[in-house]
Amino acid sequence: MPKNKKELYNKKGVIAGIVIFAFIAALPFLINLGKAAPAPELVLTSKAKEAKECVRSKEFIKREHMQLLDEWRDTVVRDAKRIYVNPQGKEFNMSLSNTCLDCHSNKTDFCDRCHDYASVSPYCWDCHIDNPKEMKR
Amino acid sequence: MKSSSRRSFLKIAGLAALGIGAGPTIKAFGTIGGHGALQPEASFKKGEKAMEAKQWAMVVDTRKIKSEADIRPMVEACHQIHNVPDQPIDRHAIKWIWPEEFHNAFPGLQSQFISEKIENTSFPVLCNHCENPPCVRVCPTKATFKREEDGIVMMDMHRCIGCRFCMAACPFGARSFNFRDPEPFIKNVNKEYPRRMKGVVEKCNFCAERLAVGKLPACVEASNGILTFGNLYDPQSEVRKLIREHNTIRRKIHLGTKPTIYYII
Repeated sequence: MPKNKKELYNKKGVIAGIVIFAFIAALPFLINLGKAAPAPELVLTSKAKEAKECVRSKEFIKREHMQLLDEWRDTVVRDAKRIYVNPQGKEFNMSLSNTCLDCHSNKTDFCDRCHDYASVSPYCWDCHIDNPKEMKR
Repeated sequence: MKSSSRRSFLKIAGLAALGIGAGPTIKAFGTIGGHGALQPEASFKKGEKAMEAKQWAMVVDTRKIKSEADIRPMVEACHQIHNVPDQPIDRHAIKWIWPEEFHNAFPGLQSQFISEKIENTSFPVLCNHCENPPCVRVCPTKATFKREEDGIVMMDMHRCIGCRFCMAACPFGARSFNFRDPEPFIKNVNKEYPRRMKGVVEKCNFCAERLAVGKLPACVEASNGILTFGNLYDPQSEVRKLIREHNTIRRKIHLGTKPTIYYII
């Protein structure tokens, strides 16, 4: 055997193995090809519709509602300030239970849809009580 | 030639890795404090009716307590509005305010012979909202803290990790641990107040949520005049008036926690 020649041993088996591996690895992508889940559509309660705008703009709430709630909690519990004044000058009681969930009382058709889509499972409702009829646990 | 090409390859690879890493890092630095920047005009304030005090305190006029039945309405009012579960097993019990006998509430103060009335009466006990709270000192997560605003020893349930150091530190047994999920044991749910989850400690919060809207604590309202609530550092307040006019005792003052619940005996 010439010294410099490099040879793949068990060529057939190795190449077949690589092909099979690549196929299996790609299988989840192949199966889900063209089946992207559509963006969730949210159902607003009549109360939420009537209010027209949330405490902040829709875009802000979509992107930042978790940070907003975090800030609200700290301000209420630690600084004893419970009123939120939004940029439009409108005042809100900073309360997930009494402000957010009062309008958005339809957890399964509102909160859950996006959370499921984004595959996150926040545990807000363990303590902040939603409509008990919708409890699925 | 061969070794120098390896060298230059490694150099380029290193630079490339640096470049890939640098992008997100610079971006992340750019957004620090971004949440504040995104909501520049929003602000927070207290409610107009919010009651304020340097240190809230309570006076219990035990002369008005005829039997334990006089304390029960306070317990029920408190536990109802705060979604305190009624755990069937005693060692799982959650208590924010509860009746206690004299020798348990005031150990060390009981003489060998004691007035029949005191021996047979129950005393309402709750978190003392100490001015020097040991529970706050031991909390590793700052989930419980002494609020500067009004002296209430508050809890941030989101931060409680359930280590129960505070329960060991509190000399008044004012803290309870949720050994079980409280949900099935809450009879009449008050949707306006959150409940708790398994694995957190809870206790009386001096009705901070009611004070914020100008209401007296629920137990005070339900107490039929037995409890008086007010600012400890306002010489004109109701509590200070009662403390001035009557001889009062507090629980375990020798421990130096400076409790703010006063009992007229």
